Amino acid sequence: MRTEIKFGGLGGQGIITMGFILGNAAAIYEKKECVFTQDYSAEARGGASTSEIIISDEKIDYPHVLKADYLVLMSMSAYRDYVHKLKEDGVLVVDSDLVAPGAVEKRRIYGIPATKIAEDLGNPIVANIVMLGFFNGVTEILSNDSLIQAIKDRVPKKFWELNEKAFMEGYNYAKNNL
Amino acid sequence: MKKGYLKEGNYFWSGDIAAAEGAIAAGCRFYAGYPITPSSEIAERMALRLPQLGGKFIEMEDEIGSIAAIIGASWTGERAMTATSGPGVSLMNENLGLAVMTEAPIVVVNAMRGAPSTGLPTLIGQGDLMQAHYGSQGSYELVTLYPSTIQETFDLMLHAFNFAEKYRVPVMYLIDGLLAHMYESIYVPPIEEIEKKIVHRKRPKEGQLPYEPDEDLVPPMPLIGEGRNIHATGLTHDERGYPDLTPQAQEKLVRRLNEKILKHERDIWIVEEYMTEDAETIVVSFGGEARAVKAGVDLARKEGIKAGMLRLITIWPFPWEYIKKYTADFVVAELNYGQMYHKVKEYAETPVHKLTKMGGEIHTPQEVLKKLREVSQ
Repeated sequence: MRTEIKFGGLGGQGIITMGFILGNAAAIYEKKECVFTQDYSAEARGGASTSEIIISDEKIDYPHVLKADYLVLMSMSAYRDYVHKLKEDGVLVVDSDLVAPGAVEKRRIYGIPATKIAEDLGNPIVANIVMLGFFNGVTEILSNDSLIQAIKDRVPKKFWELNEKAFMEGYNYAKNNL
Repeated sequence: MKKGYLKEGNYFWSGDIAAAEGAIAAGCRFYAGYPITPSSEIAERMALRLPQLGGKFIEMEDEIGSIAAIIGASWTGERAMTATSGPGVSLMNENLGLAVMTEAPIVVVNAMRGAPSTGLPTLIGQGDLMQAHYGSQGSYELVTLYPSTIQETFDLMLHAFNFAEKYRVPVMYLIDGLLAHMYESIYVPPIEEIEKKIVHRKRPKEGQLPYEPDEDLVPPMPLIGEGRNIHATGLTHDERGYPDLTPQAQEKLVRRLNEKILKHERDIWIVEEYMTEDAETIVVSFGGEARAVKAGVDLARKEGIKAGMLRLITIWPFPWEYIKKYTADFVVAELNYGQMYHKVKEYAETPVHKLTKMGGEIHTPQEVLKKLREVSQ
């Protein structure tokens, strides 16, 4: 089965990191076929940023998202640019303080104030990890262990604890509120 | 396990990382380069890894110096590589000719981006296919390989270095903006197993001149620093390497430089034939674009259209026999205004159609399907 996931937001929010961690977790820790692509504008911060993950049990030919099963968005501009990419019965996951979705009929929408939660944890930089935890709480697409391992592969050791906490905050928010 | 060697296992790598690690596994221990998007991560990886393995990484002042440095390294016996993108290849082309003329085994990676000129630095293009062969002045043959997946980007490097060493020829290793920055699951076998397949260059017999070919037209290579008298020049030269500026010497040398590759083209050709056996329409494709074509062919088959794909992994010397053997119609899918289209047309006895896009993105499977529907009607 082919699963298509698209992340969208602004440069600096960790949109590409989020995609990379998910891809790394799927490829290395769950031994799935996985392709990760990225696209970003020239600005260091504030420009558009997106990443795409395809996960499959078979070899993946076409590497891009055609119709997203899951769309994970952290900015209004990303919402405007990518909402049309969502499948009819796809799932939309947003930072609810940053994205106000219009009427996306029949589609399931899940929101979390990820950036606010990250700020409360002491560092807004982990908003993407809160978001990733929430996404996994909603979808259970991979095991939490795989994702936390992949986070540790990516971030310096002194930030492991903060990131793990951020991930679990997001995950538990999904379990407690949905 | 030797120091600096990778563990066997699963990795999640970009094409750039896979190209660098593939080269290392194939014995490359010398890299000189100048960074350019989308190839810079190859240099980054080499800068990290080569010192761990006792190799050398040099960041050069420009691309002209980069290729000059690897030609020099090659003449000392190193398996040497550089990486760049189209604009860098344009600068390297003069010395690429020098590598052809002095028969120096080198590997040049070109991560193709949208072109001409600065074009689309971060995005895919396939406009450098002709440049890969005809960039430098004169009539010559070289080897050009072009993988399609991250796994293949790693695996094929062994062939790139082996062809370079076996035929004393520069190998142009094409990837593209998609493969360079895309990450994919990959399996790395024990490096020692790859090393067993390394082909070493032939060494001259006692008294054999530096450009005196064996029966295969390839002269065994003496090395700088081992005590022989060596003259490596871009001028037309005789078998001693001394300039011989006569039509006779030119005829003999240039003929052999071409023939030493053409004679062995069947050994160099690597082509994937996908569902071509009963196909009425065959899409010719390569690199990142071939991933869309394969998906498009699958869609067409579901509709009962007898479609197939020929994926050229060897671009040069052009695997013409694979075109000649089919009586199907051809579609050439490429991200330029039509380059390989002309090569396919040269050998096909059936209609040849273009499916082009100027770059920036690959076709969608639906676009490929649409073309296949059109052609098969």
